[in-house]
Amino acid sequence: MQKIQLTWLRKNLFNSWYNSLLTILCLLLIIQFIRKFVWWTIAEAQWQVVQVNLPLFLVGRFPQTSYWRLWIVLGIITFLIVITWSVFITQKNLIKHKFINLLVPWLAPTWLLSCPLILWFMGGGLGLQSISTNLWNGLILTLLMAVISIVISFPLGILLALGRTSNLFIIRWFSILYIEIIRGLPLIGILFIAQVMLPLFLPTELRLDRLIRGIAGLVLFSTAYMAENVRGGLQSIPREQIEAAKALGLPTPLVIILVVLPQALRAVIPAIVGQFIGLLKDTSLLSLVGLVELTGMSRSILAQPQFIGRYAEVYIFVGLLYWVFCYSMSLASRRLEKQLIN
Amino acid sequence: MRKSTLILAIAPLIFMLGACNSESDKTRDPTNTASNTEAPVARNTLNTVNNIKKRGKLICGVSGELPGFSFLGTDGKYSGIDVDICRAIAVVLFDNPDAVEFRNLNAKERFTVLQTGEIDILSRNTTWILSRDASISLDFAPVIFYDGQGIMIRKNSGIKSLEDLKGKGICVQTGTTNEQNLADQMRKLNVSYKPVVFEDVNITFATYSEGRCDAITADRSALVSRRTTLPKPEDNVILDELLSSEPLAPAVKQGDSQWTDLVTWVVYTLIKAEELGINSQNLAKFSTNTDPNIKRFLGTEGNLGEGLGLSNDFAAKIIKNVGNYGEIYDRNLGKNSQLNLARNQNRLWTQGGLLYSPPFR
Repeated sequence: MQKIQLTWLRKNLFNSWYNSLLTILCLLLIIQFIRKFVWWTIAEAQWQVVQVNLPLFLVGRFPQTSYWRLWIVLGIITFLIVITWSVFITQKNLIKHKFINLLVPWLAPTWLLSCPLILWFMGGGLGLQSISTNLWNGLILTLLMAVISIVISFPLGILLALGRTSNLFIIRWFSILYIEIIRGLPLIGILFIAQVMLPLFLPTELRLDRLIRGIAGLVLFSTAYMAENVRGGLQSIPREQIEAAKALGLPTPLVIILVVLPQALRAVIPAIVGQFIGLLKDTSLLSLVGLVELTGMSRSILAQPQFIGRYAEVYIFVGLLYWVFCYSMSLASRRLEKQLIN
Repeated sequence: MRKSTLILAIAPLIFMLGACNSESDKTRDPTNTASNTEAPVARNTLNTVNNIKKRGKLICGVSGELPGFSFLGTDGKYSGIDVDICRAIAVVLFDNPDAVEFRNLNAKERFTVLQTGEIDILSRNTTWILSRDASISLDFAPVIFYDGQGIMIRKNSGIKSLEDLKGKGICVQTGTTNEQNLADQMRKLNVSYKPVVFEDVNITFATYSEGRCDAITADRSALVSRRTTLPKPEDNVILDELLSSEPLAPAVKQGDSQWTDLVTWVVYTLIKAEELGINSQNLAKFSTNTDPNIKRFLGTEGNLGEGLGLSNDFAAKIIKNVGNYGEIYDRNLGKNSQLNLARNQNRLWTQGGLLYSPPFR
């Protein structure tokens, strides 16, 4: 055992004198860096700023007396995820539980129904004390914006991709125009237009909520990229399959829904998830247009007089939060791919 | 193939032209109708107060990221001197200092948001300068904080004056008047320097503390408060030379003088209260005071509030809920805060400062 390790070391790290030198140099650098970093985290960093402000980071200015509503929302989401995941796994393993089979047709409607329910618990109204969207800050806002934008931009992106490959002239050119214009603009520009310019054009009575404007900007942007990702998948489907399906007498919509899309989407899962992860991180740009999401909240917290200059601690903590969510998304997508391939 | 790429290149241009056209149509429209019938204009511009009352809360644009002026406390509540101004206005409108919705704004979007009417008042450490007052259709309320731009350097750098900064790197935050002032001053002195520009104030100061620029320029209030967070505060000095004066004042949209008057006199109330020696602690004692000036000020006599569309005891309400100017200053910037800024120019005129309120009568 030890010998194998030694040969591995020799083969990979010390196979010539300059490689050995490089290895030692890099090792020294890495050790130095880690030692400094660990020393800083333990001895020099003042994590008090994170400790004291933890509720602000996570749920922002959401009223403390209404935290129970957020717990319910968390409960609903966890429950739905667990159910969906278990259904998914048992179906693929071909173990047919009677109970789970009963659940399958209800899954999609339950998810749909849960959306207004969650928004009701967060926003209030209809018997619950209403909570202005102005008070939805921090991590919860980041996740909300990301999830809503993802959910809306995914179907829109598929439609645009289909439009771009369509034979109808106007639809095709509209899709191309939209995609190319949006892809040529920076996201921050689109967000500024949505947030600042839009009210100039709209009548004064029509006041869109700031969150809706933010979501609109994100959706406009990510739809174009989503469309290009999906188009990649569409092009990977051999024409013969479509022709065969048509020869069998399937109408075009069914050909797309039953034959093309399932294969096309499966082929581009990594790209789509990459896009989603990017979108989650892009929500941090909303802090520049005055929405106090996770990044905006950390900037606000950094202005507390007792914590001025503690930016390293705050940004490391926030970075960790972003990483946890992005990494779990990429983990989930890897699982999903495996399940679909089997 | 070539033809299609050509169309692709031209199409966005056509689209943009179209967008511009429809834009200018829309902006032209309201003015046309306005010139035809004058009534809608009058109604439109005069109802800020009504709008706020109908809405049930004041919407106040703040920075949200500036210690002492506006920031989120650990309890999730906004505080700072800019914030207290908005709370004072909420008190006279709703009798409730918490009837304010604070909105974080960055330096670039603040004026647009005020023009579109998305916020009622901009209380965001904004410097009162002619071009802003005249050309971006703003009205400024009285100055609530006299600041000035300073320069901080390291003691051992040997820099004694602005001339010594020749060829040195100076950290500055972009989008602020600081950037412009620095350029102006240095051009006047004919000193070339290397501007090191950042969007984020934290990064600006971090860069200076890491020694990547030789000097940093910002408003003196910011320099003093940030110096306390540097690893060795005593090794850094702020030069005596002032690059500019920065009177910070709240601003409202131009054209509604009722609303401008209200904001103006709320600020004067804070100053006058300090001048008269009335604060939130001793307010009760003054209710029986026989001095006619004080009686008029507190609304036990006369009808000063009526002209502003307020109750006559508006001053008493403000003092009770947010205190007088001195209290607000000490709490947020002065001796009762972590920043511990000396009052200097921000003393009353009777004590050698610049704060003065016209009479209340």
